[in-house]
This record gives sequence, structure tokens and C-alpha cells, in this order.
Amino acid sequence: MTSIKYAWKRSLPVMAGYLVLGFGFGILLEAKGYGAGWALLMSVSIYAGSMQYVAIDLISGGASLLSAGLMTLMVNARHLFYGISMIERYKGTGKKKPYLVFALTDETYSLVCSGDVPEGVDRKSYFFWVSLFDHSYWIIGSVAGSLTGSILNFNTSGIEFSMTALFIVVFVEQWKSASGHASAMIGTAASVACLLIFGPDSFLIPSMLTITVALTALRKVFEKEKE
Amino acid sequence: MDNLHTGQLVAVIALVTVLLRGIPFIVFGGRKKTPAFITYLSNVLPYAIMGMLVVYCLRNVKILDKPHGLPELLSVGAVVLLHLWKRNTLLSIALGTIIYMVLVQAVF
Repeated sequence: MTSIKYAWKRSLPVMAGYLVLGFGFGILLEAKGYGAGWALLMSVSIYAGSMQYVAIDLISGGASLLSAGLMTLMVNARHLFYGISMIERYKGTGKKKPYLVFALTDETYSLVCSGDVPEGVDRKSYFFWVSLFDHSYWIIGSVAGSLTGSILNFNTSGIEFSMTALFIVVFVEQWKSASGHASAMIGTAASVACLLIFGPDSFLIPSMLTITVALTALRKVFEKEKE
Repeated sequence: MDNLHTGQLVAVIALVTVLLRGIPFIVFGGRKKTPAFITYLSNVLPYAIMGMLVVYCLRNVKILDKPHGLPELLSVGAVVLLHLWKRNTLLSIALGTIIYMVLVQAVF
């Protein structure tokens, strides 16, 4: 199997998710008065699913550049950790590396960090094609959503649940496949606690701090479990 | 609705996002070996962060006011059960979203 074919096959589940989510994003953006050109620009240059949903609120509300930057920092801080875990894998990818790093979304991360590639498939070009396919699905979905939203006029309230549904699906997948139950529970419990204490607008940073501290404190326990 | 400001906002969001993705490669990329603590964190964090994101999505649900988060509870339950049953990502997301839209538009 060629790398491009294998990448295509592996990316199919993401295609489904990105087309649906991108579509939802395009419709929402259009509903706020920003057409297909904006959907295209944002999906090409930002390329971060949940952040683009948040960005709709920011641009339609005329947020300041500073608050937009801080919000991005909070919502996308998890990408720091994706990067950290991909340093070894992305070593020696040469000219492709800047694009691989730029395009490292949640879903692409889940594809490039799970499992090894079969024989005859070049890892580096697999990484590249998977990243490019995923990016394309996201762009196509969001532009299609925007165009559909401008033609059809239907009640879109509640469509933002597509983002929730995606994260729940990933959560369930991780829960079924992984030894990370304790970590998943810590993350959920810490976030709920911080939400109750700090409220919906400012609980993300305390949550991330709590999670990092808790996982650091439990490192010895977790690493013993693995042995 | 100022195009220039919107463009600037998009640029800032894109820049911060790519910096977050790139910083680890710049800071740790040159070393032969990533510190063990960082490797440990990068193994366990994704699970915790996914839980956090689910909470983030549901952060504005008001349990004390009507309809007491019932649409969210039912839709989340539907997505989980559907996914455990069929394990089809598209189906779980699409059907879950439709269920939620029907619930908030027509039922509650």
C-alpha cells in the first residue's frame, strides 16, 4: 500500500467528523453575518476546531485583540502537550515539518500518535498526507456549511452540540482503549470542581493548573501501575 | 462588523494557535532526549484534557434553571450509548446533534 492510500484510509473517520463539524462551523459563522470567504480564511489559517467555534463569538462580539489572544491561549493550550509528545516522531521530517507542526490538530494528533504504519508505508509521507487530508476536509466542510447556510434558511439553534458530541466520542474511544481511566477521571473531576468555583468564563486556566499538579503528584503511582 | 478588526482577530487567533503548536518543537526539539517528566505528562495529559473539553462544552448549562440541563443530559447519554453500540463516529455526532437540536427547538 502506498503512503497516500494508507493515509487516506486512516483519515476516513476524521473526514466524517471534520465535514460535519466544519459544516456546523460554516453555518454558525454565516448565521452571524460572515460569509464563505471568512469561513475559508479561518479554516485555512487558524485550523483549530473548537477555537474556531469560540472565534465566532469573538469576532461577532467585536472582542479586543488581547482578549482574543488570551482566549486562544486557554482553549488551545493543550496543543503544547500534543507538540511535546510528537517531538520524537516528527524528528527528521525535514521540509514537511513546519506544515506538520502547523496542522497538528486533536484529530490529526490521534492519527499520527496511534499505532505504527504497515510495511511499505513511509512514515514521513504518511504524516504529511494525513495532515493535508484532514486540513482539506475541514476547509471543504466549513465552506460547504457557509454556502448551505446562505441558501437554506433553517433554525440552527443547538447545532453547536456537534462540538460536544465530538469530544464525548473521543472521550469514549479513549476510555475503551486506554489505561488512562484515572487520568480521564482526574481531568473531568478537576474541571467540574473548577467550574463550580470559578464559573464558566474563567475555569479553564485553573482546571489546567489543577490537572497538571494532580498528574505530577500522582506520577509515581501511575508509573508503578504500568510496570 | 469592521472587516479590518475581524481580519486582525483572525490573524491573532491563528498566530497564537501556531505558536502553541510550535513552541515544544523549538524548546525541546534540539535535545537528543526529551526530559522523562515531559514524556510522562504527554502520555497521561490527553485523557485528562479530553475530559476537560467535555466539561468546557457543557460549561454554560444551568442545572438550577429550567430545563435543568435535561436536553444536554439526554443528548450526552444518547451519544455515549450510540457510540458504545455502533462505534461509528459520524453516526454518534450527527444523530446526537440532531437529537439535541430537536430537544432545544421543539421539546424544551
